[in-house]
Amino acid sequence: MIAFRAPPILHVGPVGWLRANLFSSVFNSVLTLLILALLAWTIPPLLNWAFFSATWAGTTREACANATGACWPYITQRMGQILYGFYDFDQRWRPDVVYTLGAAGLAWLMIPRIPHKGWAGAAMLTVYPLASYVLLTGGWFGLPVVSTERWGGLLLTLVVAAVGIVASLPLGVILALGRRSTLPVVRIFCVVFIEVWRGVPMITVLFIASSMLPLFLPEGLEFDKLARALIAIALFNAAYMAEVVRAGLQALPRGQYEGAGALGLGYWRATTFVILPQAFKIVLPGIVNNMISMFKDTSLVSIIGFFDLLGVIQTGSSDLDWAGPNTAVTGYLFAAAIYWAFCFSMSRYSAHLETQLAEGDRR
Amino acid sequence: MKLRLFFLGLVAALALASTAQAGTLDNVRKNGFLRCGVSEGQPGFSNPDQRGNWTGIDVDYCRAVAVAIFNDPNKVRFVPVSFAERFTALQAGQFDILSHNTTWTMDRDVAQGLEFIGVDFYDGQGFMVRKSLGVNSALKLDGATLCTQTGTTSELNAADFFRAHKLKYKILVYQKASEYIAAYDAGRCDAATTDRSGLAGDRLKLKNPADHILLPETISKEPLGPAVRHGDQQWGDLCRWTLFALVNAEELGVNSRNVDAQLNSTSPEIRRLLGKEGAFGQELGLANDWAYRIVKRLGNYGEIYERGVGLNTPLKLPRGLNNLWNKGGIMYAPPIR
Amino acid sequence: MARPRARHAWWRDTRWQGIALQALALVAIAAVGLWLAHNAIGALSRRHVASGFAFLGHTAGFGISQVLIPYTEESSYGQAMWVGLVNTLVVSAVSIVLSTLIGFVVGIGRLSGNWLVAKLCTVYVETLRNIPLLLQVVFWYFGVLQTLPGPRDSLALGSWIVLNNRGVYVPEVIFAPGSWLVVLALAVGLAVFFALYGWAQRLQRKTGRRPTIWWAAPLLVIGLPALALFVERVPFALSWPQLAGFSYEGGLQINSELAGLTIALSIYTAAYIAEIVRAGLVSVARGQREAAEALGLRRGLALRLVLIPQAMRVIIPPLASEYLSLTKNSSLAIAIGYPDLVAVFAGTVLNQTGQAIEILSLTMAIYLALSLVTSALMNLYNRAHALEGLG
Repeated sequence: MIAFRAPPILHVGPVGWLRANLFSSVFNSVLTLLILALLAWTIPPLLNWAFFSATWAGTTREACANATGACWPYITQRMGQILYGFYDFDQRWRPDVVYTLGAAGLAWLMIPRIPHKGWAGAAMLTVYPLASYVLLTGGWFGLPVVSTERWGGLLLTLVVAAVGIVASLPLGVILALGRRSTLPVVRIFCVVFIEVWRGVPMITVLFIASSMLPLFLPEGLEFDKLARALIAIALFNAAYMAEVVRAGLQALPRGQYEGAGALGLGYWRATTFVILPQAFKIVLPGIVNNMISMFKDTSLVSIIGFFDLLGVIQTGSSDLDWAGPNTAVTGYLFAAAIYWAFCFSMSRYSAHLETQLAEGDRR
Repeated sequence: MKLRLFFLGLVAALALASTAQAGTLDNVRKNGFLRCGVSEGQPGFSNPDQRGNWTGIDVDYCRAVAVAIFNDPNKVRFVPVSFAERFTALQAGQFDILSHNTTWTMDRDVAQGLEFIGVDFYDGQGFMVRKSLGVNSALKLDGATLCTQTGTTSELNAADFFRAHKLKYKILVYQKASEYIAAYDAGRCDAATTDRSGLAGDRLKLKNPADHILLPETISKEPLGPAVRHGDQQWGDLCRWTLFALVNAEELGVNSRNVDAQLNSTSPEIRRLLGKEGAFGQELGLANDWAYRIVKRLGNYGEIYERGVGLNTPLKLPRGLNNLWNKGGIMYAPPIR
Repeated sequence: MARPRARHAWWRDTRWQGIALQALALVAIAAVGLWLAHNAIGALSRRHVASGFAFLGHTAGFGISQVLIPYTEESSYGQAMWVGLVNTLVVSAVSIVLSTLIGFVVGIGRLSGNWLVAKLCTVYVETLRNIPLLLQVVFWYFGVLQTLPGPRDSLALGSWIVLNNRGVYVPEVIFAPGSWLVVLALAVGLAVFFALYGWAQRLQRKTGRRPTIWWAAPLLVIGLPALALFVERVPFALSWPQLAGFSYEGGLQINSELAGLTIALSIYTAAYIAEIVRAGLVSVARGQREAAEALGLRRGLALRLVLIPQAMRVIIPPLASEYLSLTKNSSLAIAIGYPDLVAVFAGTVLNQTGQAIEILSLTMAIYLALSLVTSALMNLYNRAHALEGLG
């Protein structure tokens, strides 16, 4: 009988892990060493730039004049603009309320333990946008009007993203249904609409909103520039959303349509209660992906003269008060971090939902 | 049935669209404020401070129109708009006056739906270079790279100038003022080119303004002035004579400090300007003392100039061409009579 | 018998409902279209704005910083449009090649057995996909390339590569008048060699005997062009970048606008391509991989010979749409002054002429045409592939 022996040290524990995962062959070993060298060459200077030799305190451009690292006072001093743009100083509590309500609503929707999700969802889709609109624009209940030219920073980015997301979803569903309609006129219109929007760059759509659309509206019709941009963004994204939803509609087995018909449900009721709920479940990751693209695309409004998060950062870093060797890069990295945090958490949440839904199917 | 309803709706919409054409002045009165299209930040002409208060020549002109209508310089909403978007925005009715260092050109006046109402600043295009480049004339810019902003006459003038002198050049065109300044400051190009007054303002935004100089050549005529939409004569007259009133006031020696005393002047010209004689204000659809109000609140053209870009401002622009016609310049306004 | 007919009034009939609904939709679309057109025509004529496409023939009068087809200030607005389109196609083509290379490396890397490689590739994808492309474009242009030293303090590798904030300069081959003969000789040599090679292959398949043709390769591919070179007395020259006046002249110059846009587009799109490649590789059945291993194929060979060819069928369609969105994304050029179609035509030309409707419609039509051509090519590819699969 062979005595029980411990496995060779080379196959278990840290050494075994290293052998299996980093040095499994000559090629892999060389690759590992190359990457380690690359990391050693890039990471310390980066950390050094961002933290150790960065400027942390100060209130003016002089603080960063001789810095060899990041210029963080620029961010802290400009935080007001980054969060609100040029929103009137004494009215900034209004966006604050909107931010807080939005965060609370989202927490309610996303934390599984809190009950009454239906009510929360309904409130977030109806009461919340209305309240936000009243709060942000003013003109009601004695709130002074803050014209949209003064909105900016993260506030504007979130407004554009939220309106784009909320408006494009129903539009997208209608277009997707229309594209699968048996009525040729409806179908052709939807196909043309979707393909035209999807075939052109978003920047041309924004140009249309800012410089062409006004010519098509009757004279005297007051139409805010932000509102025009929002309509363009909603239509543009609706086309993309429609294609995502269509994928879900096509993935449903024919039996579902026939079953609904056999139950005596008409087109609209079958669609609302049988088809769409199932289709949504299939395309949820696609929808979230679309939302992430939309969130990133909001940055394009800075090209047509809005001071969104990117716009504020970009103008700020070439600004007289803060221009310096490291200001621009500090600003870009900070903005990148904010965008990344939003998009990454959306993609994580979508992955989480996907596994949850998959578990639901397995039951 | 439904079809007929639709056609009815269609006809009604068309009818509505063609009748909805009230005058600009009525609209402004109804809104309770004037909407004025200005630059996104041009020191001395239209520049917002940290708190969003606007100052400069272009801004003061709009305030003068607001005073003429409402007797209140704060009843203006300033709408910042890029060079590229300004004309379509005006055509589309996003604001009532475009006061945006806009060069008066024939094509713009005739084919682009604008009506220029006068000149509030005579300018010309110039070049700014680094001192360290050792260039002292635009004629020595052979082979240089230029930076400028899109949507201006600068692109065309630069092309004309370099072609006329058989010089090679390369031009980089940026969408926004901040981008064009950042690129010039980073050394992407050898020279920045736009109106001289604009360069003087842009220089202030560089990291080290003292390292840069303006070259002596002026390569174009740039009469800058406010513009309104083509087709509303009454509004155009009001805006035009607001500008003329400012210049006439300076010529007649009426300024914000002495305007009350001048009310008792015996000069018929001053009496007509300040509304003591004639009904010139009423003819414009305004109160008769409209010009008195303007000068009282904002001063005459000279005061606005000095406050915006004069020798006591960071821009330090001498009056030059913008002096009155009888003081060596070409600023000249038709008489009020 | 009459009862069902009585209950089914004609307006309850779905066929009639369908027709009525469509008629309604048509009228609504037409009405909205008419209304918009009416407004636009009214606005343009009231304000005396020029309209029509005659402006395309007018003299442009402005300069463009990167011109690859004949263009001067005397050229027309129409020619300026073509210059912009060519610039769009150039930046797109270069970025497509680069992003595909990076994307495949990263995508395969994410499935690597090497933990460090896999993690690094994951970080790459998760970081770059979640930051707006526009931010990346301005970061590379204003944050990185513009902070390089100016022309007089360029970073230079001899005269071979010169790098400064104006761009990258490399030597350029200048073709003198006789150079066509050399190029022709090379082409003829290659063509003859491949014909020979094909003949040899066919002969081998038919008879099993392979004729020796190796000696023909150097003779045809090297000898023939060398002869032409000798006859024409070397009709080539290298143009070296050198400091002249304000900046570098000579050589091949890649403007920093083109460089910044290319870098940003390539590494951003590569993150998406990496995900497509990974999904494609994962989709290849596990058995294929195991079979390749059982045959004793090394990992690299297995990838190259077994996995990637099969994954390509899954990879190509989304890859094509990624290329298309890259082309559309190249319009962000306007943020850094690269003269692409949007910047030149929907930017400068629009501002000089003020004809927004005509110019924006034309711009959109061009992008639409590009996307239609791409999808048509994709459909052709798919059809060819489906047939292959059947055969």
